[in-house]
Amino acid sequence: MNMSAINRQRYILDLALSSMARRKGKNIALVIVYTFVLFLLASVLFAVESLKKEAALILRDSPEITVQRLVAGRQDLVPIDYIDAIAGIRGVQSVEPRLWGYYYDAFSGANYTLMVNAALNDQRGAMVIGTGVARRNELGKAERKLGKGDVIPFKTADGTVLVLTVKGLFPSASELVTADLILVSESDFRKIFAIGKAQATDLVLRVGNAKELATIAGKITQLHPDTRPVLREDILRTYEAVFDWRGGMIVMVLSIVLFAFAILAWDKATGMSAEEKREIGILKAVGWETSDILLMKFWEGAAVSLTAFFLGIVLAYGHIFLVSAPLLQPVLKGWSVLYPQFTLTPYIDGYQLATLFFLTVIPYTVVTIVPSWRSATIDPDSVMRT
Amino acid sequence: MIRLDNIRKVFNAGKPNEFVAIDGINLTIDTKGATAMKGPSGSGKTTLLSILGCMARPTSGRITLKDREMSSLPERFLTEIRRETFGVIFQQFNLIKGISPLENVMIPAYPKGEKFSSLRKRAMDLLDLLNIAGKAHSKVEWLSGGEAQRTAIARALINNPAIVIADEPTAHLDTRLSLEFMEIMRRLKDAGKAIVIASHDPIVYESDVIDRIVEIRDGRLVDRGAGP
Amino acid sequence: MMFHPGILALLLGSGLTTCMLCYSAWQGVRIIRHWDIASGSEEQLELERRTYLVSTVMGYAMGFQLLSLFLFIYTADTLSSLFIGAMCAAGSLKVNGFGYPTLVIKIVCCLLAGLWLILNATDNKAHDYPLVRIKYWLLLLITPVLIAETTLQGFYLLSLKPNIITSCCSVLFSTGADSVLSNLLAMPHSLAKAMFFVSAPIAVAGGLNVYLRAKGAMVFAILSLCHFIISIVALISFISVYFYELPTHHCPFCLLHQEYGYIGYFLYAAILIGTVFGMGTGVIDPFRSIASLRHVIPRVERQLALTSILATLVFLGITGYILLFSNLSM
Repeated sequence: MNMSAINRQRYILDLALSSMARRKGKNIALVIVYTFVLFLLASVLFAVESLKKEAALILRDSPEITVQRLVAGRQDLVPIDYIDAIAGIRGVQSVEPRLWGYYYDAFSGANYTLMVNAALNDQRGAMVIGTGVARRNELGKAERKLGKGDVIPFKTADGTVLVLTVKGLFPSASELVTADLILVSESDFRKIFAIGKAQATDLVLRVGNAKELATIAGKITQLHPDTRPVLREDILRTYEAVFDWRGGMIVMVLSIVLFAFAILAWDKATGMSAEEKREIGILKAVGWETSDILLMKFWEGAAVSLTAFFLGIVLAYGHIFLVSAPLLQPVLKGWSVLYPQFTLTPYIDGYQLATLFFLTVIPYTVVTIVPSWRSATIDPDSVMRT
Repeated sequence: MIRLDNIRKVFNAGKPNEFVAIDGINLTIDTKGATAMKGPSGSGKTTLLSILGCMARPTSGRITLKDREMSSLPERFLTEIRRETFGVIFQQFNLIKGISPLENVMIPAYPKGEKFSSLRKRAMDLLDLLNIAGKAHSKVEWLSGGEAQRTAIARALINNPAIVIADEPTAHLDTRLSLEFMEIMRRLKDAGKAIVIASHDPIVYESDVIDRIVEIRDGRLVDRGAGP
Repeated sequence: MMFHPGILALLLGSGLTTCMLCYSAWQGVRIIRHWDIASGSEEQLELERRTYLVSTVMGYAMGFQLLSLFLFIYTADTLSSLFIGAMCAAGSLKVNGFGYPTLVIKIVCCLLAGLWLILNATDNKAHDYPLVRIKYWLLLLITPVLIAETTLQGFYLLSLKPNIITSCCSVLFSTGADSVLSNLLAMPHSLAKAMFFVSAPIAVAGGLNVYLRAKGAMVFAILSLCHFIISIVALISFISVYFYELPTHHCPFCLLHQEYGYIGYFLYAAILIGTVFGMGTGVIDPFRSIASLRHVIPRVERQLALTSILATLVFLGITGYILLFSNLSM
């Protein structure tokens, strides 16, 4: 690249910018819509990516294999004595029974997840609740939050009422997983759901070598054909797929917005004012060539795209990571009476930016190619003929 | 220097509104001297001028510039040569609004990518030569008729062309400014440039600056005035 | 089908690029049939205007193809967590029969687009568009390849389903595996090293021949192509291994990751530039006898050769560096 080529770029860029500044109104409208489109798309991408990372972090400490028992295709209780045979499989470090279940609270209309935590086993009547549970109130009404010492009555499976007292609350930072969680002692749990001592909800395994997971899962199914071992990888993969899918669905819906934007861009590009045509005519008459004009149009498009890209991404970043996506949250996290409130951790990478580029800048550029060319091929003598 | 051989220019060929603007013109323009092109509107004057200035390609016929055949040259080479050889002054001045006169003057040289400082100096020198250096940074819209005219002339000269072409330059000027224009043309002629002016204004074609008159009517030449 | 935003982006990008190319090809047909540089008719002027459009479109298409290639690899990489056994793009691409063919044809499209642009730039330097018909015939040939690329990519992306079991690169690129790809690529690294370090100087020599003596462009073009293939094989066989410092890790895609300093981009850029510019000399060489190109082509060939040589040397340099300074010794 020699100096004159660089100078040429600079001169043409300079004129392109000044020419755009002279037509502020038209360009600002375009930039606003462009930015909005980018804002929407970027918000979706950032939110999805962030949720995926959250899910991965949360699942990091979950058991590698969870063994469930299926009866007629539905999950049923697992006999505790299954543990013996499973513990004997080579590679299995530990097998623990787990007790948990869903409790429907008619008062608030919410489903809580009740789980046994061994630490509470000597504290009958005590429970630890999540922030979503703490917001328990009569359906539709807003009241004060529950705190330590407050009680919740549970209707047990055999008709009695068991009252449990709040001993502690989960921190709101963990809301994504603990919002509807209640930890209780084993005896309380078994009382509420009328589950006998010989049964558990499922079994959790710790396995040393990640490569052995599939083999071990296979052996478990051989030992107890009525069981289904669920691998942590599978859960993670499913979450990712779900978030991706939700994100993709939103993008598909936004494609309508994208299409409208493309039409707007086309309209702006083809609808050159007489003044603009005159300017280009003058440039060609004084010695600018078609490629010079094409270059000028390129810089115009680049300026618009870069501005919109930058603004759109900054706004999306603020939307997702500073105010937690008030517009997107309901769609992404799914329907529930309890909405966990939490802040997403910022996570952006080049891949997301590249995807955004492909979804916005490329269609914009393609749409403006022919109009730009048409304006660039105005005859040099056109200003003489008017 | 420029030779036009049997030039024809047809618009909308083959269609019902086919129009023959130039119908077989032979013309030679020399390296020096001022030529006036006289003719009523619709005579093909402007078309001939644009073909002469290599701003349009003839439908048939040949243009030779200094022994180089121009008619079938692709645009990118044609434009390069045109930039260096011709400086054009338009009927409506055609300055770009919203930028300064100085920048207007520099624009024809942008594609060459010349160094900014030398380009700017040359532009300022031209404005100075035409006595409007003081208006170099004002807005083009605020220039008076005469100042705009001189800016347009400066712009035509920025690439140091050998030939200056003017299309009805006095159409929007009063007598005083028209005479002033012809004086500037005299100075350019004396500096060694060839001048071609298309005009139906007697102030132009009856001026003593003009060495030769070419008359055009209905796409054909009518007369040749005395001259080399 | 998976509604991943990256997949949607790729499909949209490829779809638009193909549409642009088809439009250009259609313009090309008109140009081939009616072009006559000596004519001053309005039709000819219109055709000359159209060539600017096609040039612009091809320029953008090339840019998009290149970006699309890397987006494709990155998407495959990101999706790898959804497939059992896949640890990076290498595994994702193996998920169905379309993955690797798509990658190959995408690379081919990049090369073809680059060659066309070189031909176009050369044509534009002459005073009478001498190569115009050849150029547009070539465009007509390239367009179906691009359509095939979009189709293959579409099939690949649209038939992806999570949870499919696939293999990772250490399986794909090892001697035990059972495919032409792995057999070819898993050759003993000493052989690959020998081939690479012999091919590189030969390619550079061919380039110098063109640069200094303005001869032998066709030979250089063929050498560049061979060196391209050998470079890719070398990359998978041993160069990547030295970067990863792990004898079983042959993945050509992990080099693009942050943890290796994005060195992959430099390596692949060097290879692609070296190949395209090297082959470019051969593409324009047959036309040096045309009058208007007689002075243009030797000059262009020299510029192309020089760039190709430099790119090859850069690749050689990086390879030499990592061989010397890697913590691995094989």
